[in-house]
Amino acid sequence: MTIIDHTTADVPSPHGSPEDSGPLLEVRDLHVEFHTRDGVARAVNGVNYSVSSGETLAVLGESGSGKSVTAQAIMGILDMPPGRIPQGEILYRGRDMLTMSNEERRLIRGQKIAMIFQDALSSLNPVLSVGYQLGEMFRVHQGLSKKEAKAKAIELMDRVRIPAAKDRVNDYPHQFSGGMRQRIMIAMALALEPDLIIADEPTTALDVTVQAQVMDLLAELQREYNMGLILITHDLGVVADVADKIAVMYAGRIVETAPVHELYKRPAHPYTRGLLDSIPRLDQKGQELYAIKGLPPNLTRIPAGCAFNPRCPSAQDICRTDIPALLSVTERDGTELPGRGSACHFWKETIHG
Amino acid sequence: MAEPKRNDDSMDATPNVTEVETADAATVAESVAAIEAPAQRGEPILQVRNLVKHFPLTQGILFKKQVGAVKAVDGVSFDLYQGETLGIVGESGCGKSTVAKLLMTLEQATAGEVFFKGQDITRLSGRALKAVRRNIQMVFQDPYTSLNPRMTVGDIIGEPFDIHPEVAPKGDRRRKVQELLDVVGLNPEYINRYPHQFSGGQRQRIGIARGLALNPEIIICDEPVSALDVSVQAQVINLMEKLQDEFNLSYIFIAHDLSIVRHISDRVGVMYLGKIAEIGTDTQIYDHPTHPYTQALLSAVPVPDPDAREGRDRIILSGDVPSPANPPSGCRFRTRCWKAQDKCATEVPLLAIPERFKGTDGHTAHESACHFAEERDVVHAA
Repeated sequence: MTIIDHTTADVPSPHGSPEDSGPLLEVRDLHVEFHTRDGVARAVNGVNYSVSSGETLAVLGESGSGKSVTAQAIMGILDMPPGRIPQGEILYRGRDMLTMSNEERRLIRGQKIAMIFQDALSSLNPVLSVGYQLGEMFRVHQGLSKKEAKAKAIELMDRVRIPAAKDRVNDYPHQFSGGMRQRIMIAMALALEPDLIIADEPTTALDVTVQAQVMDLLAELQREYNMGLILITHDLGVVADVADKIAVMYAGRIVETAPVHELYKRPAHPYTRGLLDSIPRLDQKGQELYAIKGLPPNLTRIPAGCAFNPRCPSAQDICRTDIPALLSVTERDGTELPGRGSACHFWKETIHG
Repeated sequence: MAEPKRNDDSMDATPNVTEVETADAATVAESVAAIEAPAQRGEPILQVRNLVKHFPLTQGILFKKQVGAVKAVDGVSFDLYQGETLGIVGESGCGKSTVAKLLMTLEQATAGEVFFKGQDITRLSGRALKAVRRNIQMVFQDPYTSLNPRMTVGDIIGEPFDIHPEVAPKGDRRRKVQELLDVVGLNPEYINRYPHQFSGGQRQRIGIARGLALNPEIIICDEPVSALDVSVQAQVINLMEKLQDEFNLSYIFIAHDLSIVRHISDRVGVMYLGKIAEIGTDTQIYDHPTHPYTQALLSAVPVPDPDAREGRDRIILSGDVPSPANPPSGCRFRTRCWKAQDKCATEVPLLAIPERFKGTDGHTAHESACHFAEERDVVHAA
């Protein structure tokens, strides 16, 4: 039993090209806190994860688990103050972005790491045409002229399969449907062909049929450009469809990491198991749903010990006092399970019991 | 819910709503007669017949002139039985929420009837309407905006008693409200708190308690759990099932999450652009869908099983839902359908058991509004 320090063990990426050495992005022991009137809200408490080229990491968690805050810290778009990063490192190709100057970070943001936001309607500027907003990427970062930028914008809209891109380039966001707006968000993120895309709940506001289109498009573009993808979501179905590896977050910590197939087959943390048991299935009519009792904790008053202990069916005394470290998970006979980790004192009972 | 309320086998042998011609308003009387339910299922508590709601589109500022209509609901018929849950699924803009509002008579129907225990409620007003409304209550989608932030929980849940004082005499109300809080699993001492002091799941429980206050027979739930976290969704769903058993409630459960609808529903109706495309028991719809839209919708739902990701039968629809102001002629789904033929553009398919499945006992024999209905199991295909 070894402590997985810093690097959340790397799962060999299925699409990663061999010449890429080391992960594209590595988050090490990241802490984020917000100073509010009610006290300090500890949104992220020591998160470690890494993504390589061509790999999809899904960050799974409920609202308030710190998954979006982590992404905002990576992008450098946290509101500071009230936000503060008291400790941690965010390494992009080995360089710590938190120590960079604003100018250096600006060169990475958009060109190397881009983000897709959840709500396309409120993320796009309603008084500017989509062509202008797409072209802005090229004008600002590459110094292209207005005309060239617009041509590039049309090309991008074609690439994300917006029909009649040439005619629609001067349309405004409200003239597009939800799915089309999300495509424009994707186009904007892709504009400068970044190495890494962070998608924060990219399909939550969409209908299932449109969600399928958008996720397909995203997966195809990711393959084409061999990009890394951090997919932030609470939807266990979407994760099962696209992820290579998963990090489950709860109260600002990663409670379990695993390759996608392993996690669904044998969860090693009671929270993950509870989540999997509490979703109804499409292919079978279940009995009464298992429900995790209680509520996610208030981030200003995270319970002592394991943050999940008040809701956990198998909590013992040690869970109320000692914070469990993210330990690597092994088979019953001690064989390493690559890429698996669980922050539970009783992971053995959970996975093998 | 351990057991579906009705016996599945008897369902198949005696399919409900045999021939409702949704498109033809002239045959309402006949179709109502044809719908008379078999004895073992009892009388439907709610019968919806050719319900239509068009929202006018106007032009001009002073002299408004109608230039068209958004056909939000365009001929919807279904039955709801005592103690059952009817799920209604569909994409946004298909008219599910408008149906809910029409059933609550929050919107005036353009045409069609809603019979509550044999009485057409779309034509009621005044005292008679108020009496009917007592029996049909609603739980709304967003527990953050559907509770008045300036009212205490006690006032919110007790407000229905102000409107219908016959249910609870004045001195008794506080006790009644506390009982309701207890029923939905909240601490009765929270009666003087305000909505902002509760989490999303707790607020939805308050919304449910308010819906239960008048002992209604039908509760219409419009996306009751979609704003909640996964772990809290299960709590609320379980609560709703428990309450249904306890008070013998009938639910109309509107949602876009097909997995949750399957879990809670006895029967499911699939809506597309203001019409019902397919309706049947949960097994008929999920395991034996015959309408291409249902098949596409089901195949698009991500299944929480990574092993299924390669082998699944995915139907990716192209394009978006057409505008309900100008729906396609004939079958409304034809613009996105891979089976569409000339016939689909000219003839509106009726919601009925397809000719080829008529008389068969199997699960495919349920109502489907498609000229080329064909079974295709997209959920289990691997």
